Formats: sequence, C-alpha cells, structure tokens
Amino acid sequence: MAYVSRGFRGKRAKEREESRLPPGQYLVDDFPVLSAGPTPHTPLDQWTFTIESEVAELKRWSWESFRALPGEEVRADIHCVTKWSKLDTTWEGVSIDTLLEGVEHDATHAMVFSDGDYLTNIPLEDLLDGKAWVAFAFDGSPLEPEHGGPARLLVPHLYFWKSAKWVRGLRLMDHDEPGFWESYGYHIYGDPWREQRYAGD
Amino acid sequence: MARAAVRGRLNWSLGEVVDLIDETPRVRSIVLDVPEWIGHRAGQHVDVRLTAEDGYQAQRSYSIASAPEDRRLALTVEGLPDGEVSSYLVGELRTGDRIELRGPVGGYFVWEADMGGPLLLVAGGSGIVPLMSMLRHRNASGAAVGAKLLYSSRSWEDVIYRDELERLASATNGPEVVHTLTRSQPPGWNGYARRVDGQMLAETAWPASGEPSAFVCGPTPFVESVAAALVLLGYPTTTVKTERFGPTGG
Amino acid sequence: METDAMRVDGNAMAGILGEMFVQEMTSVRIACGGCGKVEPFGAEHVYMRAPGIVMRCCHCDSVLLVVAHTGETYRFGLGKSKWLEFVEGT
Repeated sequence: MAYVSRGFRGKRAKEREESRLPPGQYLVDDFPVLSAGPTPHTPLDQWTFTIESEVAELKRWSWESFRALPGEEVRADIHCVTKWSKLDTTWEGVSIDTLLEGVEHDATHAMVFSDGDYLTNIPLEDLLDGKAWVAFAFDGSPLEPEHGGPARLLVPHLYFWKSAKWVRGLRLMDHDEPGFWESYGYHIYGDPWREQRYAGD
Repeated sequence: MARAAVRGRLNWSLGEVVDLIDETPRVRSIVLDVPEWIGHRAGQHVDVRLTAEDGYQAQRSYSIASAPEDRRLALTVEGLPDGEVSSYLVGELRTGDRIELRGPVGGYFVWEADMGGPLLLVAGGSGIVPLMSMLRHRNASGAAVGAKLLYSSRSWEDVIYRDELERLASATNGPEVVHTLTRSQPPGWNGYARRVDGQMLAETAWPASGEPSAFVCGPTPFVESVAAALVLLGYPTTTVKTERFGPTGG
Repeated sequence: METDAMRVDGNAMAGILGEMFVQEMTSVRIACGGCGKVEPFGAEHVYMRAPGIVMRCCHCDSVLLVVAHTGETYRFGLGKSKWLEFVEGT
C-alpha cells in the first residue's frame, strides 16, 4: 500500500452503514458531480426521447408528450464506480416499462445514448420490471443540468455510470456491445454488489 | 511503496515538510525536502497523493512556487471549504510529516530565462503560484527580460506573496506588478477594483507589437475570459499559454 | 462555447501521462479528427472528474483521448484524435 498520510481521513462523513454499502464504497452527504464533457443544454422544445431498433425509429416523445406520461416516485441508493454511495435518494421519473409498452421487439440489450455522444450498454432485463426510469426530478425539484437534467436514465442497481445523464433514447439490440466507459476498460455489466468495476472483475 | 502500473518517467516519491508559511488566512506554503529531486522548471506542478489508514486515497495537483534555483521545493496551497486534500495540507499537516508527490510535470506551461520575453503574467487568485515561480526564477537568474504581472485577488488580505511582490517590484529591473482587488479594497486604495477585463488588459499589458509571451493562470472562467481578451488585443494564440485550475482555483 | 467551470486543461493530465510515457506530454501537439484543428495537450480541455480522464478538443468538443485507470490497467483511448506530434528535444 502507499505511504499512509498521518492524520488524513478524507471526506467520508459518517460511519459505514455496513449492510447498505456495496464492497469498497463509502458514504457521502453531498452529490458529487462527475462529467466527461461540457454540460449540454438542449432546449426543451428541441428535446426528444426515442426508442430505436438497429434500423428504424420505433417511438418518439417530445418533452411535452414525455411529461404527459405517468410518472413515479423512486427512492433508491446509488453507487458510483469512483466509490461514493448516496443512500435514500429520491427521484421522479417515467418507468422504462411505460416507455416500452406496446413496442414490438426481440431485443436482449439496449444501448443508451445521450447528448454529448455518451453511450452505455445495459441488458434489457435490467431495464424492465420496475428497475429503471427516465428521471426528470431529484429531491423534489427539476433535475439540474449538472446532474443530467432535463432527464437522465436511472438504473440504481448498477454502478451509476450506467445511469446516463442527458439521456435522449435507447437503441434496442439483439447482442451486447460496450458503450463509452465499457470500451475503455470498465465492466460490461457493472453490478456494485459483485464489485464489477473493471473488465475482468 | 506503490509503483506505477506502467513504466514511465514518473513514480511517487516522498517529501518531508521542513517549513510551513501562512501566506494569507486561507493559503499556506509548504516547504519540502525531497531526496533525489531532479529539479524543475518554473510553471511546472506536482501531483500530491494522500492515503488514509484504510487505504482511501485522494490526489490533487499543486503548482510549484519555488524557483528552480531554490534548494528546497515549495508548494503553495489554498484551503478550499470542502477540499478534502487542501484542508489537510493547510490545516493538519505539520513539519516532519511526509507527503507523496509525483513530478515535476508540465512542459507546455513553463518559462525559462532563455525563452526570452517580454513576459505578461496574469493571475486569478491562487493562479499566482506558478507565475511566482517564474518571477522568482527571473529574479534568481538575472534574466534581462521585461515582466509585467496583473494579479486579481478578492481583497488585500488575500494577496499571496504580497510583501515579496512589493520587494521584487521595487528592485532595479524588477517586474511591474499591478493588483486588482475585486471584492473589497483597503482605505485609500486607488488601484483597480474590478474583475480583469479587456480595458484593464489594454491599459496594463505589453502591446502585441512587442511579441510578448503571456501566461494566464487561475480558475477556468477567469483564464478563458483573459485569454480571449488578449487575443482580441492582438496576441497570437500560440503566445498565450493557459493553465486552468477548475472551478475555484488550486 | 460556454465555459464549464469544472473543466481544466491538458496540464492537469501531465502526471498520469508521465507514468505512461517517457516523453513529456503537455507540449505534444494533437490534431482533432472532428474539426482538424491542432493544439498542444496543455491547451485542450480536460475533464478529470469522471470515472476516467477525458480530453476534448477545445474547439469542437470531440473526444480526443481517454485515460481509464481500471484496477491495474491503464487504457489510453485515442477517441477522435488524428495524430500526435512530438518534437525532438522538447
């Protein structure tokens, strides 16, 4: 291990809540902002969310039609691969189950795409049955741009790099393919409870 | 000690704190003895890594404040309100402690006497640190190069190296030092009292016709607005070198 | 392009690049495959606060380089960079 710095404790604020923290994680009070690029600012009247197959667009919503869909309140613990975790975060969003209603497909995976050319891949079953949302509010207020607003994907059971900020749609696929971080060595699936941070973990 | 996973030029080494100097209420200089220090160039920085007992690590970059001619390495750190590394370095660190460093690093944002000038240095807050290394190097080397420093701080109490800058400025062939104090000014202040803008630069900077070399350092928004203003004053973009410290500086 | 306070520049990558390369990297020039502009590393935009480090073209925001330190591996991704130029003696 590296040289231990006398008296350095770091920013962990509380004792670990052992049962709720996945291995290697520490608890934070704030909400760290991590970004791989400039914050996009797509005007709401140009914002769309689309579901696509490899060859065609299957469904599209404008901001107005998206916000007319039934929303849900979500309470979740979130875990970032950079080791911070935040418990009991509250969100409001539209379930992916709602978005995929009536869409005919035989996809096994989805590539999630966002403004700023960000991509992340997720098995379809990890997006269904109440496990994922397109979230537009955090902690009772509209989602701020630095945290992914106007809308981000929320998939709390996987490392938070999969909860793509500034989400604009899903491309349904019949195979798996690495997204942005996955193609640079991050785990293709990303289960925090099995500590799947990097490829090969 | 942990080794780098890939074999490059740099590994982590340990420096021992031999002196601590409170520059301002929030800013402290850390003087280090680093065995096998290979020397550095003015403008370079080091990465500092701290490790807690449970293995938790945090890492930040800090510009080297000392001149290459100085025997010991000095870093100057601004303590940020929620800075886990800076608050340790400014608050907890004691003489005799050791810290892990990697460096020196940087080759773009450097100035050496034989690069000539004249020099225009523009600093926002803790952005003064690498520019101070350049001024100290200019002084120690006796370089016959004109130098102007425009230094933006919140208040007179926040000016880092205040007395030393005054001494350097009053020496023969010393740099010209212009301060602007953006939030509060001492009684009787008749200097600039606003953020750096194009007008201030037009009044203080070397004219572009003299082919000056400009170095701009500080928070990202500061650096970008100053660099853009210098280009509007006719400075070719290749002559304006920038180092962005991120949101708050240092 | 709007200023994003969180971003820094290629100077901030000097340390980790120094662990990977013998050459000092901040003065290496890089050509963007998106807009074609060429700048030294030190001038390009860098986002350090991410699962990895991302360098983007300071003119058009295309991803030029990615450094992902995943466990014991460093993957140095080339993104949309067209070429890197090293000058002898620098």
